Formats: sequence, C-alpha cells, structure tokens
Amino acid sequence: MRRATVALARRALVNAFRRPQFLAPLVLFPSLFLAINVGGLGATRELDGFPAVDGFLDYQLAAAILQSLLIGGVTAGIAAALDIEEGFFDRLVASPTPRIAIVLGRVLAASVIAFLQVVYFLVLGFVFGASIKGGVVGVACVLAIGVVAGTGFGAIGVLIALRARNASTVQGIFPLVFVVLFISSAFFPLELLSAPADVIARYNPLSFIADGMRQPIAFSNEAWPVVQGLLAAAGIAAASIGLSLLALRGRLRRA
Amino acid sequence: MAPGEVYGFLGPNGAGKTTTVRMLVTLLLPTGGHARVAGHDVATEPGLVRRRIGVALQEAALDPLMTGSELIELQATLHGIAPRTVRARGSQLMERVGLSGAAGRRAGTYSGGMRRRLDLAMALIHEPEVLFLDEPTTGLDPTSRLTLWDEVRRLRDDGTTVFLTTQYLEEADQLCDRLGIIADGRIVADGTPAALKADIGRPHLDLVLADGSDLSAAREVVTRFGDQRPSTEGCHLSIALAHGAADIAPILRALDDADFVVAELELKQPTLDDVFLDKTGEHLEGADEPEAAVPEVV
Repeated sequence: MRRATVALARRALVNAFRRPQFLAPLVLFPSLFLAINVGGLGATRELDGFPAVDGFLDYQLAAAILQSLLIGGVTAGIAAALDIEEGFFDRLVASPTPRIAIVLGRVLAASVIAFLQVVYFLVLGFVFGASIKGGVVGVACVLAIGVVAGTGFGAIGVLIALRARNASTVQGIFPLVFVVLFISSAFFPLELLSAPADVIARYNPLSFIADGMRQPIAFSNEAWPVVQGLLAAAGIAAASIGLSLLALRGRLRRA
Repeated sequence: MAPGEVYGFLGPNGAGKTTTVRMLVTLLLPTGGHARVAGHDVATEPGLVRRRIGVALQEAALDPLMTGSELIELQATLHGIAPRTVRARGSQLMERVGLSGAAGRRAGTYSGGMRRRLDLAMALIHEPEVLFLDEPTTGLDPTSRLTLWDEVRRLRDDGTTVFLTTQYLEEADQLCDRLGIIADGRIVADGTPAALKADIGRPHLDLVLADGSDLSAAREVVTRFGDQRPSTEGCHLSIALAHGAADIAPILRALDDADFVVAELELKQPTLDDVFLDKTGEHLEGADEPEAAVPEVV
C-alpha cells in the first residue's frame, strides 16, 4: 500500500506543478489579501482589545497561511473531481490498489503542497519585515500545524469531490471557504468581533488553527495555543480522511 | 466464456454493454445475479478479480498531463510489479504497441489511436488472464482499427481471454470466437459467428418494387416462398428463401404475373446483421460504419 500511496501522491504533485493555474491561486490570492490588509488595516492595532504585537504583518501572517491552505484544499478537491470526470479514477478503482491508497495518495500530495505553502509565507513575511518570535522551534510549530491542517483541508476537498463527482461543484465551495474563514479569529482577535460572529469564532476550529500558528510567529512558543491548533488541525484531518474513505466506499457501491 | 477465447458482446448504443463490463470489472455492484471472472465472484471477491483482469474502458481514461511512460509506470506500480522491472516492462509494452517514440510525450498530445494503444498497453502491464475492451475501436481511423485488431489476435494467440464489446458487426465477425448479442439489457443470442449465422440458415432475397406498388398485395404473392422479414422501407420486401437461389425465378414470375415491377433485387447470404435482426427485430444502428471505413488489405 505504501508504494501505491507514494506513487499516487507523486503523480498528484507532478500534475499540480504542471497546472500552474491551479497552484497560482494558492499564493496569489492570500499574498494580495495580506498586502491589502497590512497596508490598509494596520490602524486596528491601536484598538482596545488588540494584542500587543511588533507589527501588523506578524499578526496577519497566520491568516494568510490559513487562507492559502484552505484554497489548497479546494484545489485538491478540483483535481480529484477532474480525475472522476475524466475517468482516470475508474482506472485506479479497477486496479488492485488498496482503496485507502487512492485517498491517501491525494491527501499526501496536499500535505507536501501545504508544507511549501507555509514555507512560502514564512519567507514572504521574513522578507517584508515579520519576525518569528518563537525562532526555529516556532517555525517548526507553524510548519507542523500548517501541514496537518493542509492535509485535512485536502481530505475535505477529496471528500466533496467524491460526493459531487464534478469539478464545478467543488469549485462552487470556494466562496464558502471565505465565509468560514471570516467567522474565525484568523484576521482579528475574538475580542474585536461582534455577536454572533464572536460566538461562532470561539468554536470555529479555524480559530484554533490560526491562533496556534500565530502564537509562535507574533508572540512566543507558549505551548497551549500551539497544542490546541495542532489538535484542531489533527481532528479535521482525521475526520475528513475517515469520511473520504467512507465516501469512496459509498461511491463504489453507487457507481 | 472459455479461457483463451475472444468473446464479443454485440449490441446497439444503450443496450447495456458498458454496464455489463463495469459490473464484470468491479466498478459497479450488480443489483442481482452472480458473475464470476477468472474464477472469482465479482461481488464477493472483487480484489481477486482486479488482480487477474486488464481493463480498457470506452473512453481511454488517460491523464493528459502525464507522459506515456509515466502513465505506464504508474499502472505497473498500482499492480504491484517489482520496481526494478517496472521500467523494462513499460518500455517493452510501449514498443509492442508502437509508442516507443512518443513515450516521453504527454498523453494529452496523443491522437485517438495512440491513446487507445497506450490504454491497451496499460491494461496489459501485469499480463492479465482476462482482458476487457469496451468498444476499443469506436472513433478510430481505419489504420488504427486494424492495428488494434492485430493486437487482439496476438493476445488471443498468446492465451489471453478477451472480452470485447462492440457495436460494429465486422469487428465482431473478424475478431470474435464467440458472440453474445445484447438488447435492452438481455442476452438474446450466444454462439460462434458461424453458428449464429447458420441458425438463420437460409439466404434471403431483397426486392425493391417500383414506386406506388401495393406492398401488402405483393407480400401475399410471395408468402408461399418463405418467411418475410420486417422492413421499414417503402417498397422493400425481404424473403428468407425456403429452397435457396432456386426460388428466385419462381418469385419473379409470380410477381410479374401479378403485374408487379421489380426495380432491384439482391440475393444475400446471412450476416451478423441478419442474426441481429432476427433476434431483436431491428438492424444494428451504425452497423455498416466499419465496413465502409476499413481499407481492403491486399
């Protein structure tokens, strides 16, 4: 199974890099959003309830990473849906490859891309003056949370693709990603959100992931926010991989 | 199906050929009944079935962004072929299907015939016992079609069992050791092409009467010479001759005596189309396409 999973992940990665139109949104949108936010909303740092940070970029970097990872999930879903639409998925299913490898191959590729996304934004932040307060350990924490979260978002994309069976439906969830992201503490602290957004954001797993990545970037390597972020990401990953496998099984029965 | 034979599954569009194939290759769970492939039940032992079959579905499902060699090596890996033999086996098959020169090109740049041949090579990578080919030549140019026919014959000679669906009569006649005819999801005939044609037995005489002829009166005149086949054309009669060609002159005399003018006549030996017509009451849609398209080989 390991060989098949790696082969399918490699294939998904090769495809991703041969489709620049799929990779570009992962960095372009969040980079532009980051530039606009940092350039235009920096004054929010002065508001009561906003935590003390060295720079607004330090605070917003985690939001940009999270946004990029979510778009990565949509992209993984579109790629999986295209495989279904074009019949390549049938080729995989008709081979003796373990079913789990079909899902894990795609998800593993999402993990590798998530790693590259996190590295890109950390380098971008560093170039434009952000500092990682947690140092090397902090970078490792951000990478760990980012990769696990990216894995989970990739699996959600695959899950939706298996249910929807077409790329346009998967693409249709793109705006929803923004809605879910905005009702979290990714961009602004919970204290500055109005009801009912603050209540939703308090329980939104994306808040934990964003805060978990933000902690070592903007503040310190305090363990608890990082652990919470990691747990939230791991929970999403475990649930979405499990549901994807169930969806694959269901799809085979219904096919 | 007997091991080592080419079994053709013939039927019009929508008859259920692809659905049957998808069930046999474990892509679709049967809603009833049982099917065994290479000795294993498709519903309860799908994993064992998948290890023994090769599949080339109706649309060559190739990733357009991957090169031919990447695709074939991926397929080899999915079938658990040892890493050190993957490349050699892939090259060997690419050469066999005449794609060595295009192995480094992305599949998206391949022509329809090249895609089919790559699809076939991928289906053969693990040397399957049973090969499923779902309408392998639909949409192919005549040369590509002949190349694919040759490859199917070679596979049969090598002992591979081939299950082939087609809507082309000539393809079924040329390639298949045995045929099943499917209509509306049911098998209506099964046997060797020769036996199926022999079942129809007698040759038939096709007559076209002059415009304005009373067709029902003409039918009355010729009814004693043999069974008549249904015809959708205006002044067309088709009679299965009870005594073969010896009946032609008496039929013409009888029609002449009744003042019918025969515009055209043709004596036809039974074909698979006749078998199809006999079993289903309809001609096979598009049945003539390959006959018109395949060049004569000298």
